[in-house]
Amino acid sequence: MVTRRRAIAGSLTILGALLSAAVLAAPARAASEYNLPYGVTPISHAVYRLHMLAFWMMCGIGVIVFGLIFYSVIFHRRSRHPVPAKFHENTVFEIVWTILPFFILVILAVPAARLLLRMENLRHSQLTVRITGYQWLWRYTYPRYGINVYSRLSNSSLAAVQYGRHLSPYAVPHYLRSVTHPMVVPTGEKIRLLVTGGDVIHAWWVPAFGLQIDGNPGLINAMWIKVLKPGVYRGACNQICGWGHGYMPIVVVAKPPKQFLAWVHHWRATHQGPGQGDFPPHPLGL
Amino acid sequence: MSSEALAHDHAAEHAPPRGLMRWITTTNHKDIGTMYLVLSLIMFFVGGAMAMVIRAQLFRPDMQLVTPLFFNQMATMHGLIMIFGAVMPAFVGLANWMIPMMIGAPDMALPRLNNWSFWILPFAFTLLLITLFLPGGGPQGGWTMYVPFNLQLGYGFPFMIFAIHLMGISSVMGAINIIATILNMRAPGMTLMKMPLFVWAWLITAYLLIAVMPVLAGGVTMQLLDRYFGTHFFSVAGGGSPILWEHVFWFFGHPEVYIMILPAFGIISEIIPTFSRKPIFGYRSMVYALASIAFLSFIVWGHHMFVVGMPVAADLFFMFSTMLIAVPTGIKIFNWVATMWKGSLTFETPMLFAVAFIVLFTIGGFSGVMLALVPADFQYNNSYFVVAHFHYVLVTGAVFAIMAAVYYWLPKWTGHMYNEFWGKTHFWLSAIAANVLYFPMHFLGLAGMPRRIPDYPLQFANLNMVVSIGGFVFGLSQLIFVAVIFSCVRAGKKAEARAWEGARGLEWTLPSPAPYHSFSTPPEIA
Ligand code: HEM
Ligand SMILES: [Cu+2]
Ligand SMILES: [Cu+2]
Repeated sequence: MVTRRRAIAGSLTILGALLSAAVLAAPARAASEYNLPYGVTPISHAVYRLHMLAFWMMCGIGVIVFGLIFYSVIFHRRSRHPVPAKFHENTVFEIVWTILPFFILVILAVPAARLLLRMENLRHSQLTVRITGYQWLWRYTYPRYGINVYSRLSNSSLAAVQYGRHLSPYAVPHYLRSVTHPMVVPTGEKIRLLVTGGDVIHAWWVPAFGLQIDGNPGLINAMWIKVLKPGVYRGACNQICGWGHGYMPIVVVAKPPKQFLAWVHHWRATHQGPGQGDFPPHPLGL
Repeated sequence: MSSEALAHDHAAEHAPPRGLMRWITTTNHKDIGTMYLVLSLIMFFVGGAMAMVIRAQLFRPDMQLVTPLFFNQMATMHGLIMIFGAVMPAFVGLANWMIPMMIGAPDMALPRLNNWSFWILPFAFTLLLITLFLPGGGPQGGWTMYVPFNLQLGYGFPFMIFAIHLMGISSVMGAINIIATILNMRAPGMTLMKMPLFVWAWLITAYLLIAVMPVLAGGVTMQLLDRYFGTHFFSVAGGGSPILWEHVFWFFGHPEVYIMILPAFGIISEIIPTFSRKPIFGYRSMVYALASIAFLSFIVWGHHMFVVGMPVAADLFFMFSTMLIAVPTGIKIFNWVATMWKGSLTFETPMLFAVAFIVLFTIGGFSGVMLALVPADFQYNNSYFVVAHFHYVLVTGAVFAIMAAVYYWLPKWTGHMYNEFWGKTHFWLSAIAANVLYFPMHFLGLAGMPRRIPDYPLQFANLNMVVSIGGFVFGLSQLIFVAVIFSCVRAGKKAEARAWEGARGLEWTLPSPAPYHSFSTPPEIA
């Protein structure tokens, strides 16, 4: 009788452990709906690996700690274990569970510190883009080319967020993740981003690049990216900046260097004179 | 005259006035504790109603229930109300009720101060809540109140600042009282190292409060000066910096999160031994762990600011110091598990909440360690991953501990046992709903959903709907909590002095309900 109950309880524990492992593992297998994107920059790849390392280590510790708790909950309940033990200290154990976590943390801290130093190494960049956040749009400036791009929520998304709209968000491609003019960058080059805020604090976050940076008014933050694959990458402002905060997406189009230069020439030909620097009147009529 | 008769006369002399005046003029630690707890429960529902608005607006991507402006007010007020209105007053209420009884004292050391520190709070929350009806609306910049955006608020701005001043004054007064009580009023023979861990936790928490509430008060005063008196603390143009605010705020803010969890640690350290029928494992290391967490909490604030643009050396320092906190936190968790180990466990409602606390708080600790890794935080920061983290530590952590404490001590407070069936129902609904509510937030954050937005791209739609459903169930389940408390106050099985057979500690030597004045003569300490 007792052994059968024991067996049932034991298999329940194992089932529980498996189930929780499956739940926890789901984000690892499924694509970007549940996990960090692997991204398209060397940094984002490294960040992803660090994240997964930390994730699996936490899962491992979780299995041990939760396993002990559930074991105790099942086998040390009064119906099975009527007479409580009396111990209330054990020096060896206490030392072990003080020292051991320390070493586990070192395993995480070392790669994290190395990656951080790599991220902060801004030397030898080939292009600089200045990014300024405003309530509620972005400005991208390319000092080398004298280009100035204002980038706000696209008209289709804008139509779909209005009260009394005629357009459903479900009908808008890339609802809340599309803009009037994207930021354009060349692939394969180390690009230095200088980020600041024009009025209040904003944050420039593109998950596929593995990073975000605050744009603080009056101060400049620097970061770098190197996009390995041509494509369209989307993100959004990530620091609350007023009621339009949810409506200032970021779109970056990465093109091979030749096509990037073609875009530069085309932009300069079509956006001449002082007009290109005009601050667009604010369109959010919510 | 026998000492018993003396005590009786004494009690009669001090019989409380009846009606409203009893509550306004009371200096009794139990009355004041009750008022704190009731206020906290009301604020829990006010803040909860705001959370329901938030989750309703986020139910689908095309909801237009509230304007973005109102949404931001809800998100901000929800945070402020839950932290300053629900969690902190609940712990102070528990301290008021339990500390004198646990250390064998008749009352708190400074009863009039006690009355004041409570009665300031209703005014503070009135000031805070009426901002919603003022031109320009209430606070909208998040509970973190980052400048310069916070300086753009409408007429609500000074109201918010003064509300925070009042809450700060109340907290500091409460903390002074708690320290004075613990250090001066212990029964003879109760040395510091014999104090219950709840009392230890509160002693340390009270020092944290005194250390950081004035920092917040100073910081918001600087905002006030910047806005109305032409100073430039936070504007670069005038020689200041908006980053200064973030440092000031988080120097307060990180110890603040430990202010909200150390008393919870204390509660769990009382409940686990009771229902395991075994003394707490590693009492000394529990005390040292509390103290080192409190110390470390002063040197980790920068982990909230990794993307702000600090020097690399600062990033590294804050990363290492933050990871270090996991060590004493781990010690506490292992000690609780070791207390349960080979005990004789039963699972009344307080124990259910306590065990859930250990498991779910640990999950919050895991995401905390992940957030401490600077490069990874460049992704996680300000995403729903952070929202998941702090709700695991604050709701399934601090709030579950408060609920455990309420169920645990209700028999002592009211003299009745609560209804165990409904208590357990409340527990299971809350525990399941909280996980449906908060666990998917991890995924949303990793997938790239920023926090504090009123609408989102379609790829986040499914999980948000799940989260909202979990939220509604969690919110509704709390009505059971109120019903259980009410019915327990009015009637129920008579509670014995030692309501739980495994309970040790002085509070269980007093009759249930506890007499108006706790220990008129100091008890004997074994
Ligand atoms: C192992 C222990 C813990 C670690 C390592 C840890 C680490 C962190 C980190 C690094 C952040 C910043 C994330 C970001 O903004 O990018 C954070 C945020 C937060 N943590 Fe923890 N944490 C721990 C425990 C706790 C506890 C015990 C509480 C409260 C009871 C708490 C409450 C919060 C809150 C409220 C925030 C968000 C603040 C905000 O931005 O509004 N954490 N935590
Ligand atoms: Cu923003
Ligand atoms: Cu913190």
